[in-house]
Amino acid sequence: MTAASTVSSPRPKKRRSQSLLPASSGGGFWWYLLPGFVMLTVVVLVPLVWNVYLSFTSYRGIRPPKWIGLTNWAKLIGDDKFWTSFGNSVAMIVAMVVIPTLLGLLLAAMLFDLIGRKFGGGLASFLRATYYLPQILPAVIAAIVIGWILRPENGALNVILKAVGLGSLQHNWLGSPDTALLSIMGIMVWVQLGYPVVIFMAALQRVDPELYEAAELDGANWLQRFRWITVSIIRPEIFVVTLTCTIAALKVFGPIYTLTRGGPGTSTIVPSYYSYSEFFQTQQVGYGATISTALTLLIVVVAFFFIMAQNHAERSESER
Amino acid sequence: MTTPLASQGPARDAASAPGGAVRKRHRRKPTDWIILGAAIVVGIIIAVPFLMILVNSFKSPADYNSGGPLQLPTHLYFDGIVNFWKRVDFPQKLWNSVFISGMVAVLAIIISVLNAYALGIGRVKARLWIIVLFLLANMVPQEALLYPLYFMFKQVGLYDNVWSVIIIFTVIQSAFGTYLLSSVYGTFPKELLEAASLDGASRWTILWRVIVPISRPTLSVLLIFFFIWTWNEFLIPLTFLVSNENQTVPVAISSLQGDRLMDVTTTSASALLGLLPTLVFFLIFQRTLTRGITAGAVK
Repeated sequence: MTAASTVSSPRPKKRRSQSLLPASSGGGFWWYLLPGFVMLTVVVLVPLVWNVYLSFTSYRGIRPPKWIGLTNWAKLIGDDKFWTSFGNSVAMIVAMVVIPTLLGLLLAAMLFDLIGRKFGGGLASFLRATYYLPQILPAVIAAIVIGWILRPENGALNVILKAVGLGSLQHNWLGSPDTALLSIMGIMVWVQLGYPVVIFMAALQRVDPELYEAAELDGANWLQRFRWITVSIIRPEIFVVTLTCTIAALKVFGPIYTLTRGGPGTSTIVPSYYSYSEFFQTQQVGYGATISTALTLLIVVVAFFFIMAQNHAERSESER
Repeated sequence: MTTPLASQGPARDAASAPGGAVRKRHRRKPTDWIILGAAIVVGIIIAVPFLMILVNSFKSPADYNSGGPLQLPTHLYFDGIVNFWKRVDFPQKLWNSVFISGMVAVLAIIISVLNAYALGIGRVKARLWIIVLFLLANMVPQEALLYPLYFMFKQVGLYDNVWSVIIIFTVIQSAFGTYLLSSVYGTFPKELLEAASLDGASRWTILWRVIVPISRPTLSVLLIFFFIWTWNEFLIPLTFLVSNENQTVPVAISSLQGDRLMDVTTTSASALLGLLPTLVFFLIFQRTLTRGITAGAVK
């Protein structure tokens, strides 16, 4: 945006909206947007509007949808199962955003700032690769891996607990209401941790290593360097990671479908699984559409606030 | 699979030591060793489930019951893996996943580049709103598109066809690619574009001869991410690919969990087969992946 002041344009105000290519107005570029835009309309925009429409109808998938106004929405407000699923989404946010981002920030700084410099970059990148391993798995496979360890009868965790004399702690981890959600959360932390570490470490490469050395010479301790160099430089990435992970947490489906199907009871139900089961199991398409529309609204609101906050932070940064 | 990786660590460290000796080495304080220890412990906790799956996939159920999950197999037992391999017709599932993810990655990159050219470099009017629209498209939960898409693809006869999944994910992945590339291209060095333009290159030529080659690091990272993200997708393949011969690896493996015939070590083998392909990509593309998404931001 500094272009407006440095380029001697006759109309400096208009300069902003013009192409980076000289001697061309934006007009001819519309053609390049056409294929992407058409596909976006067919695959996302139309179905999205359609789904919102379905949320106002009674529709069982066979006879045409019947308009019933706000009935589904009124049902949603009073639906305990929906609020439980929503509460479980908060648990997913703790497991997939809060814990991995905080821990990832710490680990990335440790690897980059300390281990990378004092023990060699090879060791740091090896550890980073190890942390990232669960991230590469399909979420359902990751769930199956940990689910295998948590098997009730002869699962590895229970066998080991028995072997070390803690047999009383043996538990049907995924099958009892008191531990099922915690087990799923554990799986998600394991899956998610590597993502912030890798993103943050890539971001840290922007930092001039001499900055750390200068700060060290000036007597800044590790925590001060972490706060004032690391965190401030990679703040854009922290925004991106928290935003994308929050959205991913609200959308969790595969591990729930594979391991618990929302159970036992409703103890691990999440909105996406709830709407899926309304669509294809109970065939209450209208109500399923209501749940998924509510989830969409929530995600849009969350994203909107994140992006506003990011823009605000960027603006105050550039004004400094 | 993790064992060769683990043995690589010290070797790689040693290999980098001569270079390190030339550079200025820092004094290692006791706290540095504690932090290193903590970082290694975290690494071990993360790696243990992989090692358990690896070890137990080669045991017979009897061996598992007598020796427990931590012992190495008394003899190598391949029946679990072989049985599962045959039951799901694993090569077919592998091919479905490779084909779907590969097509999506390539198509989504092309669409993203075209979109980002118009938005980041062309700076068409209302570009901010268009970028927000693409970003929203990427964020919308797939559940909110699921039923209408299910209905639409049934109408056009693409239900239970891999192309339904390819089309859907090309759009979803390119929505993210458009958002990311638009901001990368927005900071593209103006001098390069001006020079190319003075040489008389057309827009189309500038895109393919100047912009794409220079942004190749970002594009290759995106390509690999698109591939892996699509590979890992579950809800839409689960809904759209109902018949056995169209299923992807994660759907096929997930659908057999809890099956009566799946004993403890066969289940472990199924997890092993599920994680092997992605582990192989990871080992191949590790450097590209970890070079990070910021690599393409040209200085």
